[in-house]
Amino acid sequence: MVYENPDGVMIGLEIHVQLNKLNTKMFCGCSTQYHNAGPNTHVCPVCLGLPGSLPVINKRAVEYAIRIGLALNCDIVEQTQFHRKNYYYPDLPKGFQTTQYDFPIASGGKVVIEGEDGEHVVRITRAHMEEDPGRLMHIGSIEKSKGTLIDYNRSGMGLIEIVSEPDMRSPKEARRFLDKLRNIMEYLDVFDSDLEGAMKVDANVSIMGGDRTEVKNISSHKGAERALLYEIMRQKNLLRRGGNVVMETRHFDEARGVTISMRTKEEEHDYRYFPEPDLVPMRVADWAPSIYEALPELPDAKRERFVSQYDMADMHAKALTSDIRVADFYELVAAVIDPRTAAAWVADVLKGELNYRDLNITSFTVDDIVEIIKLVVEGKITEKSGVQVIRTIMDEGGSPQDIVRQNGLLRVEDDIVTQAVSEVISENKDALSDYIAGKGKSLNYLVGQVMKKTNGRADARQAREMMLEAIDRINK
Amino acid sequence: MAEWMNISTLKETISGSSAAEITASYLETIGKSGINGYTYVFDGALERAKSIDKDGHGGMLAGVPIAIKDSISTKGMPTTCGSKILEGYVAPYDAHVIERLKVAGAVILGKTNMDEFAMGTSTESSAYGTTLNPWDPKRVPGGSSGGSAAVVAAGETPLSLGSDTGGSVRCPAAFCGVVGFKPSYGAVSRYGLVSYANSLEQIGPIATSVEDIAVLMDVIGGYDSRDSTSIDKEIRYQDALVDDVAGLNIGVPTEYFGEGIDAGVEKSVWDAIHMYEDMGATWTQVSMPHTKYALAAYYVIAMSEASSNLARFDGTRYGPRVDGENWHVMASRTRASCFGKEVQRRILLGTYALSAGYHDKYYLKALKVRTLVKQDFDRALSQVDVLMAPTMPTPAFKIGEKIDDPLSLYLSDVNTVPINLAGVPSISVPCGQVDGLPVGLQIIGKHFDDSTLIRSAFAFETNTDHHTMRPAEVV
Amino acid sequence: MITKDEVEHVGWLARIEIDSADAEGYATKLNSVLEYFGQLDEVDTDGVAPTYHVADIMNVFRDDVVTDSLEQKDVLTNTDSEQDGYIKAPRIM
Repeated sequence: MVYENPDGVMIGLEIHVQLNKLNTKMFCGCSTQYHNAGPNTHVCPVCLGLPGSLPVINKRAVEYAIRIGLALNCDIVEQTQFHRKNYYYPDLPKGFQTTQYDFPIASGGKVVIEGEDGEHVVRITRAHMEEDPGRLMHIGSIEKSKGTLIDYNRSGMGLIEIVSEPDMRSPKEARRFLDKLRNIMEYLDVFDSDLEGAMKVDANVSIMGGDRTEVKNISSHKGAERALLYEIMRQKNLLRRGGNVVMETRHFDEARGVTISMRTKEEEHDYRYFPEPDLVPMRVADWAPSIYEALPELPDAKRERFVSQYDMADMHAKALTSDIRVADFYELVAAVIDPRTAAAWVADVLKGELNYRDLNITSFTVDDIVEIIKLVVEGKITEKSGVQVIRTIMDEGGSPQDIVRQNGLLRVEDDIVTQAVSEVISENKDALSDYIAGKGKSLNYLVGQVMKKTNGRADARQAREMMLEAIDRINK
Repeated sequence: MAEWMNISTLKETISGSSAAEITASYLETIGKSGINGYTYVFDGALERAKSIDKDGHGGMLAGVPIAIKDSISTKGMPTTCGSKILEGYVAPYDAHVIERLKVAGAVILGKTNMDEFAMGTSTESSAYGTTLNPWDPKRVPGGSSGGSAAVVAAGETPLSLGSDTGGSVRCPAAFCGVVGFKPSYGAVSRYGLVSYANSLEQIGPIATSVEDIAVLMDVIGGYDSRDSTSIDKEIRYQDALVDDVAGLNIGVPTEYFGEGIDAGVEKSVWDAIHMYEDMGATWTQVSMPHTKYALAAYYVIAMSEASSNLARFDGTRYGPRVDGENWHVMASRTRASCFGKEVQRRILLGTYALSAGYHDKYYLKALKVRTLVKQDFDRALSQVDVLMAPTMPTPAFKIGEKIDDPLSLYLSDVNTVPINLAGVPSISVPCGQVDGLPVGLQIIGKHFDDSTLIRSAFAFETNTDHHTMRPAEVV
Repeated sequence: MITKDEVEHVGWLARIEIDSADAEGYATKLNSVLEYFGQLDEVDTDGVAPTYHVADIMNVFRDDVVTDSLEQKDVLTNTDSEQDGYIKAPRIM
């Protein structure tokens, strides 16, 4: 099947990835660990833009940038430098943003996503380094605010801006691309997606017959999909009514799920880029080979390895590798449990239960899942009980052993089930005759009685099989 | 007017009496001359001197007073850059040079007046009033470090720091009859110097002798990891204090004696060159053909960088705020009312020179011309050891004479700005007088060959007495 | 030549409020300087690279090691406009 893209949708994304796994900011030694701190407590003369302060480039930030560039299959630039992007905004303490301009650290890459019609390539135009502005809080809405409160803790955080070509043909593809990108960044260990402000997205959208618009202020992957669905619908309606889609910047209002035109005088930009005179050029292309060597296994490679090494279904491999933490978790489990069984339990059961509760894998331990799977494999508890133990741990805590004991989940012995079956047969002659006479439903009743006698600890499937065998014997 | 004292005399005096007494005597002198050289006098100076006495501080400048240009960040003291937009701003950190001075035991007397954000050649654009030239109170002290030079000349401090973007140390040193040095670009950390034009400027010392300049440079110079343009190469300035110019090859650039040069200034400078000849040096004329365009290139680059550097003054985090219906209007009003006219002009011109459609015509073109100017220096300085020329084409001009004509003010920087474009070191030493006003000889060296420059200047000082001429009492 | 309108536009770009009445006067003063800058056109710069930095230095970095931040009170000491540790500014739009 080939995806037709009837409206000629073209989506390009600009993603800001905060390098929050660095110890310090981009140009100063302030700690990046400000997320639970009071406002304006993680700032210094440099990131506060105090008169006379000067920036110095964080070497590891450049290494991270190269790592990201290589992971996105980009070329690393021979020589580069930082530029000043001049504009006024209260979150920008120097009145300019230090960023890259004509020579981004990385360019010309690609990422393969699961598209509307199978594998789909999204080209990466460039990835460049820059600094984050501070954080603004509007007292009231941005339009009717009484004032703005500014916290500069975020000011100067290292960012990588990744710019894609307009290669995505639907909001779903855009979301898949974002998921993939986040996944890669986490594999690279440069970024923690759980932190506030970790990833921000601007989207360029156009459909056939109209100009493109830029949608800003998208802060989540779900938000991106919603913003794009809205914006495409808006453009379609506009064109259908004979209107024009004009090139403009629009603000995504997450609460209302709509995009709003931002065309005001403040938006007339002339950034007056010029090279930052306080920083000197960088020649770092020769760092690339060793960084490439040290690159961790990336999602696609890991997925292929899982299929071949653990002999698992591709669907399981995909689920397990879509988050580095799940993949690492799985491999620890697979080291002690049959890998295929482990894959089913982690990918199908555990991930499902975690997703349902909006938890991530870090809230479950390898030891617990190993113990649970072992109990099932050894026939000590039923599969159903295994799931129940997982749920109980997530909801109430406790150890698998205690939960099994407290809830009486230990599976009963075979001879107890055999005993129960013969008791049920001798106590329910009518039901037995009904079944033999062809009333299939009566079997359910008989098995139900067995379960009742064993207080539900018998395996229902097994009880059913033993009942059928017993009836067979009687018939003979 | 207090006696001029150099560092070695001061240190002798201090060991005979105390740093506190020295500081007290300078504090007493400050303000008596009425030249308005200081924008702020540090009320803790005496305490600091006393603690140095008590600790028996052994630093290179133990107990020696110094005045600091108000564009250099000093923790706990105002740093206004001569501007209303930084009124009330107290820096929460020390510049690198201030840290070095403190370690060396210097006593900071206060902050000195300057052209607003160092944009000027006369100190008239300060929001805190003009500084008067101690030689003639009707005349400007030069600029932009006018306060720093004037207070040294007036004996209100033995030493000071200025900053030199296009001549801002050398010009006032020449106009006030003292020694002013602009080190090689990268020799002194700019960390804490409020930027006017980052790629051009250096902090530089002002003193009454080359010897003191060398001591001060040994304290403030050297690599600093907080300034990415700082160069990790040691220069030992005091080692260069050698009275020997035998065989020194001096280049005299014709273009620096061009149109508009005062005949008396020209004569003083030639007398100095002939003096060098008597001391065993030789001289030859050299040509630096792009000098003519240096001034325009300099101003385009300086204004462009400045337009961006000064963007941070938006009334949000420090300084006064003029209300407006939203943030952008507040910022526009604050900047319109708190920046002086000349600063506003330069920001507008710099913004224009960088804006879409003009970037290549002005900014990029100026940077290419800068390359040619630099090549002139490379070529000339491959043939000779140092260059010599007048620092300023005229002696100090009258207050008010050029204030309404920006261009004529810019033109007086013609001999100092090319040096900043090339990043080479340059010193201005007194070399005579015209009608009772001092004249400065400018000596220019190769990048990071500051030692040859210091040696040349020191030999001149040792064999002449121009540097001992001091102004009469200012009324 | 910079026009009155351009002066006002540049004033906005530079966030310097310029009264319409003053724009003409600004334009005159700025034009005398721009005219002087025009002499750069006389210089043949074909094939000449721009000089952004006089010193030929490259690759200046710092290690990713945390240094002290300022105390919050020192951050806020230079403003009267503060609320709960935040710096307060007028609304944006």
